[in-house]
Amino acid sequence: MAQQEKKTERRRDATEDRETAPNPKVAEKGKKLKEELDTLLDEIDEVLEENAEEFVKSYVQRGGE
Amino acid sequence: MDKRIYGLENEYGLLYQPKGRRVLLVEKVIWYLFNALNPVACSSNLFLDNGARVYQESGSHPEYSTPECDNLLDLVAYDKAGERILENALFSAEQELRKDGFPGEIFIFKNNTDSKGSSYGCHENYLVSRKVQLWVFLEALYPFLVTRQIFAGSGKVYRGPDGARFHLSQRAQHIYQKISDSTTNSRPMISTRDEPHADPEKFRRLHIIVGDSNMSEFTTYLKVGTTALVIRMIEDGFLGRDLELEDSIRALREISMDLTLRRKVRLRNGREWTALEIQREYLNAAESYFSSRTPDPAVKDVLTKWALALDRLEEEPSLLRREIDWIAKWGLIADYMSERGCTMDDPRIWMIDLQYHDIKRNRGLYYLLERRERMERMLVEDTVIRSMKVPPQSTRAKIRGDFIKFAREHNKTYSVDWCSIKLGGFEDRIIYCLDPFKASDKRVERLMASSTAVSIAPVCSV
Repeated sequence: MAQQEKKTERRRDATEDRETAPNPKVAEKGKKLKEELDTLLDEIDEVLEENAEEFVKSYVQRGGE
Repeated sequence: MDKRIYGLENEYGLLYQPKGRRVLLVEKVIWYLFNALNPVACSSNLFLDNGARVYQESGSHPEYSTPECDNLLDLVAYDKAGERILENALFSAEQELRKDGFPGEIFIFKNNTDSKGSSYGCHENYLVSRKVQLWVFLEALYPFLVTRQIFAGSGKVYRGPDGARFHLSQRAQHIYQKISDSTTNSRPMISTRDEPHADPEKFRRLHIIVGDSNMSEFTTYLKVGTTALVIRMIEDGFLGRDLELEDSIRALREISMDLTLRRKVRLRNGREWTALEIQREYLNAAESYFSSRTPDPAVKDVLTKWALALDRLEEEPSLLRREIDWIAKWGLIADYMSERGCTMDDPRIWMIDLQYHDIKRNRGLYYLLERRERMERMLVEDTVIRSMKVPPQSTRAKIRGDFIKFAREHNKTYSVDWCSIKLGGFEDRIIYCLDPFKASDKRVERLMASSTAVSIAPVCSV
């Protein structure tokens, strides 16, 4: 049990280390991911129908099988 | 993996979005689609060069059945080929519609629900031995089918009276019983329609209709692969009824409604387990069953992916965003809601839910993710393109596909079905091919070789 607590502590230390010294590479990657997401969402907006509500409501099928 | 015949059938949703005032009934639109698939046949029931079948299902749904496949990767490829075949038909049909004064757009969705609560299916077919007692067989299978949606579901924005919620499965809320022969009313998980298209004394068809249509190749592969392993264990008497659920249909719906995957369902023995725990039991059984058999890379691959999926679902489902449909869709919706500041009651979210399944690749959102390399693929595109034209080389589909190609190229009147090929007109010969594992038939070869006269009758495939 004692050993387990020790391990937890060590892990916490490691986390703090990372937080105090932000890695520029990680920040850069985060920025890139955000940009990619923005482009993706913009592309979604482009293909979504202008009147989404009307479109979805007009999508009525008869049951299959 | 032991040889088995698999088939997947998808019913697609169809919508015509008019531009201008001229509307067009979907019954007409589907006619344009079939005309694009085969302008000569004038038929809404076609067998294709790749051995597959396309036909009009009740409710004006185009339905595509893969040819008989004897391995998983072929099945995934021929299922995808179906999407591409319909996508091509969509383009040609729109062109013809424009000529006839209808400049609107056709939408084809590979999903299972519309806005009013109608459902249409994705049916899995497994050829199983006639020796197994069906009822024993199925009791061991239901808990697997109820819980596999945690990795096989396609995700659904379900709009109920108290607002919209995200469910794991498209299909779960439309299933009312475990087994029956009814398909449109009171849909079951398993349909008893037993059409083995093979020697019926040796084989039966297991017709599973509870599953979702999948866009992700990985999801299709895992869904069919794990199901095939479970079926093999049951055929061999390896699985008992320990996991039987108290109420399978209730469990199916409850699991579908719970994104945390923590919901416990009650087993007949009184225990309460999560879907993940039940899946673990099946996986453990499979690992032990297959470890005592000759090592097989195809089995090992399914087992590895199955274990990986369950581990990640337990740890953090979003780790499967590249692999599993419901997680990919949910990730997209969650990102959209947080970046655009909207809720799930926003119609744009309902639209994302629908358009994830759009098979037109420059419009569909699954394909947007694929283009941006955000989805794991099981196939290279060349394989899909080849599968649109060339039948599987190791099953009866090869006989059928090659025959259709021959008949068309020689302008012969012909008709084919799953188990028969027929040359019409003057020759008037029919040959039955009852063994789906057999990829060649001397009689068919002789028939094609001896048939040299040029027929003037129109080519028609029904």
